Amino acid sequence: MYKVLRGSLLSIYAAIILVPCMIVITGAFKTDFEIYTKPLSLPAKWSFANFHKLFVESNIARPFLNSVLVAAFSVFFTLLFASLAAYSISRLMNVTGKVLFLLFSLGLAIPGQVNIIPIFHLFVKLHLNNSLIGLVLVNIALTLPISIFILSAFFKDLPKEMFECAGMDGAGQFRIYRSIALPLSKPALGATAIFLFVICWNDLLYPLMLITEAGKKTLPLVLIDYKGEYFASYSMQFAAILVASLPMVVMYLFMQRTFQAGLTAGAVKG
Amino acid sequence: MTSPAKKSKRRGEKRVLMWMALPAFAVYASLYLYPALTNLLYATQRWDGITKPEFTGFRNLTYLLTQDDLFRKALGNNLRFMLVVVIFQTAFALMYATFLLKNSKTNIFLRIVFFFPTILSSVSVGIIWTFLYDPNYGSITAFLKSIGMGSHAPLWLGNEKITLYSIALTQVWFHTGQMIVIYVAGLQQIPKELYEAADVDGATRWQQFKGVTWPMALPTTAVVVAYTTIQTFRAFDLIFAMTGGGPNYASEILVTQIYNTAFISQKFGYASAQSIILVALVLFITWLQRKTLRLKDGTK
Repeated sequence: MYKVLRGSLLSIYAAIILVPCMIVITGAFKTDFEIYTKPLSLPAKWSFANFHKLFVESNIARPFLNSVLVAAFSVFFTLLFASLAAYSISRLMNVTGKVLFLLFSLGLAIPGQVNIIPIFHLFVKLHLNNSLIGLVLVNIALTLPISIFILSAFFKDLPKEMFECAGMDGAGQFRIYRSIALPLSKPALGATAIFLFVICWNDLLYPLMLITEAGKKTLPLVLIDYKGEYFASYSMQFAAILVASLPMVVMYLFMQRTFQAGLTAGAVKG
Repeated sequence: MTSPAKKSKRRGEKRVLMWMALPAFAVYASLYLYPALTNLLYATQRWDGITKPEFTGFRNLTYLLTQDDLFRKALGNNLRFMLVVVIFQTAFALMYATFLLKNSKTNIFLRIVFFFPTILSSVSVGIIWTFLYDPNYGSITAFLKSIGMGSHAPLWLGNEKITLYSIALTQVWFHTGQMIVIYVAGLQQIPKELYEAADVDGATRWQQFKGVTWPMALPTTAVVVAYTTIQTFRAFDLIFAMTGGGPNYASEILVTQIYNTAFISQKFGYASAQSIILVALVLFITWLQRKTLRLKDGTK
């Protein structure tokens, strides 16, 4: 009885996840009429017209490149700054370390979206709106608290003796950070990197507010544009979703464990 | 031991450590803390973003809390959305986590499948579900027609009464897999002896769940509930992609309203006041959840 129930509930859920994915994947290569009449079948004729249109007429390569640049630089600098700060916090056992930690924890309590209005005006003043650098800066600021939280928890768990030995051998704190702490924390850094990459790649709110110039738009923004522009053509929208999701999906296929670790690490804050 | 040389070395090291925290602190202070503080100032102003702001004190806040029906509607929507998603997502995640507890090949594969939507963007998920819910061409309507219930198919996103719940269902589809993975990690920590003891006592599966799994999983439940709650307050992207808050504000939540107040109606001071309420609400709910779940847990 339990086995039958379990088996059928698992199959139903798997179908609820996989069927929409199949509709989107096959739909991108079908005509719209085919999507409506036979959503689940393979395309009668595989057509690349949607993709041709996306790359040639809509130039989706541009927002794709923008997203790559914004995500890559955001993740790199967040990891760099966060790991430095987390190391410092885990080594400064005195009041300074605790105050720093508390300050960054404030950022976990205040949801980042409440800052949209002040950030918007600050960035207009500094001419950082319509700028990819501006987006990178916002991403760093928004994701620093959670990254520091994850990494400092990890650094605190590393055996103290190792740091002390290195200290006695005359290595300075920065050396210890670079040659001991960082190499030892590769798994944590990898998981955090994936976590940050997904956030930056998928974010809509801040780009929506800060970016109006067509050449500076990121993928989520143009997906919204396409939803309006091609509202009558789901096959076009599906093709755009495929292009926008491809990097994540490919990475996920090869690193499911790192994804699962990274995308649940943010929850530890409880 | 505390020779002057050693002392000065330690002080030098401390200085290095402070320098290492500086880049993060500088970005965070200028682009997180400072904006959060200016937000408080904006909340006391009437400002269209162009002309000079006018100081109005607490007028924004009092108007919001006493006379603004639309704000009350968004607040109510936000709380309903939160409750529905938290209840269903947590229940489903816990149930499926108990199904997928063992690290067998099939289970690991299924966890990978269920987790998959989490890596997609809210906008993609929003577009996919806009199609599924489409009253004319959508697959859900087609499915209902095929089993002879086509005439009962509602306007999932067009009917004011159910739009919010349709989006909640999408949110549950989107993030349950993530919570399953959190639950599996938590449930695997439960000592096997407890289940063995329950077996010896001849406990049924349901009794085992009630007597062992549920109480032992409470700390994990606390994490899942807290995380899911925060996610529902962040559902801006999904709602913006699906309905934009419509029809007739039926799916408006606090963040979409803040966005509209600021960037569509150009009332920046008023929008800041709304976001202050949002912060207070999130802090209050987080505090409440911690208190109740910790009390039950009995550890603190």
